[in-house]
Amino acid sequence: MAKRSHITLSVNGDEYETLCEPDQSLVDVLRNELELTGTKEGCSTGDCGACSIRLDGDLVCSCLVLGVEAEGKEIETIEGMATSAEDLHPLQTKFLEINGLQCGICTPGILIAAKALLEKNPDPTETEIRFWLAGNLCRCTGYDKIIRSVQAAAEEMRKG
Amino acid sequence: MDDVRYEAPESPDAASSLLAEAGGGGKVFAGGTDVMVQIHAELIDPGVIVDIKNVPGTQEISESDGAYTFGAATAGMVLMDHEGFSSTWPGVIDGVALIGSIQVKGRASVGGNVCNASPAADSTPAMIAAGAICNIVGPGGERTAPVEDIVTGPGKTSLADGEFIMSFSMPKRPAHSGDAYLRLTPRTEMDIAVVGAGVNITLDDDGTCTAARVSLGAVAPTPLLVADAAAALIGTKVDDAALTKMGEACSAACNPISDKRGTKEYRIKTAAVIGRRAAEIALERAREN
Repeated sequence: MAKRSHITLSVNGDEYETLCEPDQSLVDVLRNELELTGTKEGCSTGDCGACSIRLDGDLVCSCLVLGVEAEGKEIETIEGMATSAEDLHPLQTKFLEINGLQCGICTPGILIAAKALLEKNPDPTETEIRFWLAGNLCRCTGYDKIIRSVQAAAEEMRKG
Repeated sequence: MDDVRYEAPESPDAASSLLAEAGGGGKVFAGGTDVMVQIHAELIDPGVIVDIKNVPGTQEISESDGAYTFGAATAGMVLMDHEGFSSTWPGVIDGVALIGSIQVKGRASVGGNVCNASPAADSTPAMIAAGAICNIVGPGGERTAPVEDIVTGPGKTSLADGEFIMSFSMPKRPAHSGDAYLRLTPRTEMDIAVVGAGVNITLDDDGTCTAARVSLGAVAPTPLLVADAAAALIGTKVDDAALTKMGEACSAACNPISDKRGTKEYRIKTAAVIGRRAAEIALERAREN
């Protein structure tokens, strides 16, 4: 077995220390070393977007990032989105109200990606939402309710 | 996968030494969007992964007297969000914007796109058309090479063991210059080019084309610099006759394969259409400045 590296990283504001293999993906480190299983692994090749996270603010697929690269970095995952079970993020509330999910595997990645979009563009058009989320595959919903959930959340967030 | 090591050197020499020591067993790692997939699919089994992102200059964008230099590992989204660069080189940005999803562009770099050496890479023809120069570091020191000299075949480059691209230097932009990259894909998004065309032109005050570069992707084992297509535009007003001749030169340069995205005949025919349309966009942009 290859020599494991010691890494220190921040996930949703909490400091973590762990060991990881030199070629272990960040999604694997999050799920299997830190036991933060909210982030899902779908294709492992950057096509499906289920493993979307923020790495120092950048929206990335955590299956395409090495765990060792996360040394000293700030990670944001779905576990950090709601401040509590009673205080969901507007995107989470709207996905529940509008049924923007069925099986739920793609949902953490879509919520992370949609949050990044709304920070950059608080009033996106339907086309802009669809292009932004082109890297997040969903095999259940047909996307319509996902798009409508994002639009509704954007509207709510613009009201403040 | 037994002994793989990860190294993140902080100087060009250290990165080059690690790669040289590893011989063919070293893999340059930047955004990881190709390397991680290749490791996962067991297409490669590197002895040492050399992450170049801590080497100063590999992720910076700088401008001096109108000439841009940007790090080979600069993420696509960073380039796209850079107002100065993206307004100066909209054609390069056309190519970068077509690389994968937002998530992939959050990591994928132009250096990686060039060095992964796919015939269908989207930013490579745009960079070739732009006349971009690679700043290469290796055991023998530094050297430069035009982007069109890097890719030698699918997955193969002219870089020697120990060499890697640190950054790209873009030429200073004369007035009335414009570039564009356009590709044909079966789908509108998240697909691989059937044909890609990068065109870069400069006009004089009267609108006559004084300089042009045309590059095609996905129609040969490597991205092509098509001198005949550029020659068809130079000295003209880039009118219908010149554009037709330019399109014919694009088709003539093709040496494609047939695959699930398009046949050889389809690629040859559409290269003329995509080449011409890219030239029309480049022309419009050149007239705007």
